[in-house]
Amino acid sequence: MTTQDHDEHEAHGSYRSYFIGFGLSVVLTLIPFWIVLSEVEINLWLALTIIFGLGAVQIMVHVSYFLHVTVKAEEGWQVMSMVFTGILLLIVLVGSIWVMTHLNNNMMPAHDQIDRVRELQ
Amino acid sequence: MANLTHPAKPAKSFDFYSTDPTSHVDGHHDTGTMLGFWIYLMSDSLIFGILFAIYAVLGTNYAAGPAPADLFEIKKILLATFFLLFSSITYGFAVINMQQGKERQMTTWLLVTGAFGIAFLVMELLEFQHLWHLGAGPGASAFLSSFWFLVGTHGLHVLSGTIWLAVLLVQVQKHGLNEDNKRRILCLSLFWHFLDLIWIGVFSFVYLTGVLL
Repeated sequence: MTTQDHDEHEAHGSYRSYFIGFGLSVVLTLIPFWIVLSEVEINLWLALTIIFGLGAVQIMVHVSYFLHVTVKAEEGWQVMSMVFTGILLLIVLVGSIWVMTHLNNNMMPAHDQIDRVRELQ
Repeated sequence: MANLTHPAKPAKSFDFYSTDPTSHVDGHHDTGTMLGFWIYLMSDSLIFGILFAIYAVLGTNYAAGPAPADLFEIKKILLATFFLLFSSITYGFAVINMQQGKERQMTTWLLVTGAFGIAFLVMELLEFQHLWHLGAGPGASAFLSSFWFLVGTHGLHVLSGTIWLAVLLVQVQKHGLNEDNKRRILCLSLFWHFLDLIWIGVFSFVYLTGVLL
């Protein structure tokens, strides 16, 4: 019975794991907000990389410390469905952004293109 | 292949979860509800993924209207972010107390969680009201349409979670901390932490990136 209690405790986290997750989340939230609020002199792309990088790390912190996703939970089905969803999201997001920005660029008439059309008239 | 080598247990390959209670670390998972709810959350994250993709595509089409830097108040967003983050850890405390059978402490932590959820919703409503009065409603530009759609959908989820929390508290008051209520509280726990996770994407991608660009 005591081992089962211990296991249940582990399955849904302990005060310690919640505090670790919370502490990490606070740091990972404050850094990107500080970059924007302090208007620190920083390269735009570096700032965006930091914001997205820390956001991704914070998502992983939430998944492991708050949602308690482990490889063993639900005999692996939980992590497998999560990886599957992640792949779908990657395809949808990267695909949409890639295709639509190219489409936007191609729909914008460049100056030389406008001139060429004028010459035809 | 495993089936061929173990012909004595052919049904095993169709089990998505074990029905043998001794093989599980946690008896609550036996009905498969937790896994089913998890898969619902995965499908919900596909909805949010598509809304994020729409925002990524349309988010800079201002139609000569206001841009994120004119509209968003990052300090208030930081406050709302912390309301959600606090509500996540207080829900965690509620689950720990539930596991230990401490119904009264659990109820207190759930009430605190609900209060943080309502605080977040009030912040969001005030922001929407502010935008509406500035004429930055969902019809003003493609950027604002996708913004209202994405952030509004997240807000509706938080509202649903808060209503669910209130209903659960009534059920715990009426029927006590039985197995059904425990399972429901664990499902809402997943839902609640999941909404906090989506919010990370919202504040990083919509608010912080929007103001920088």
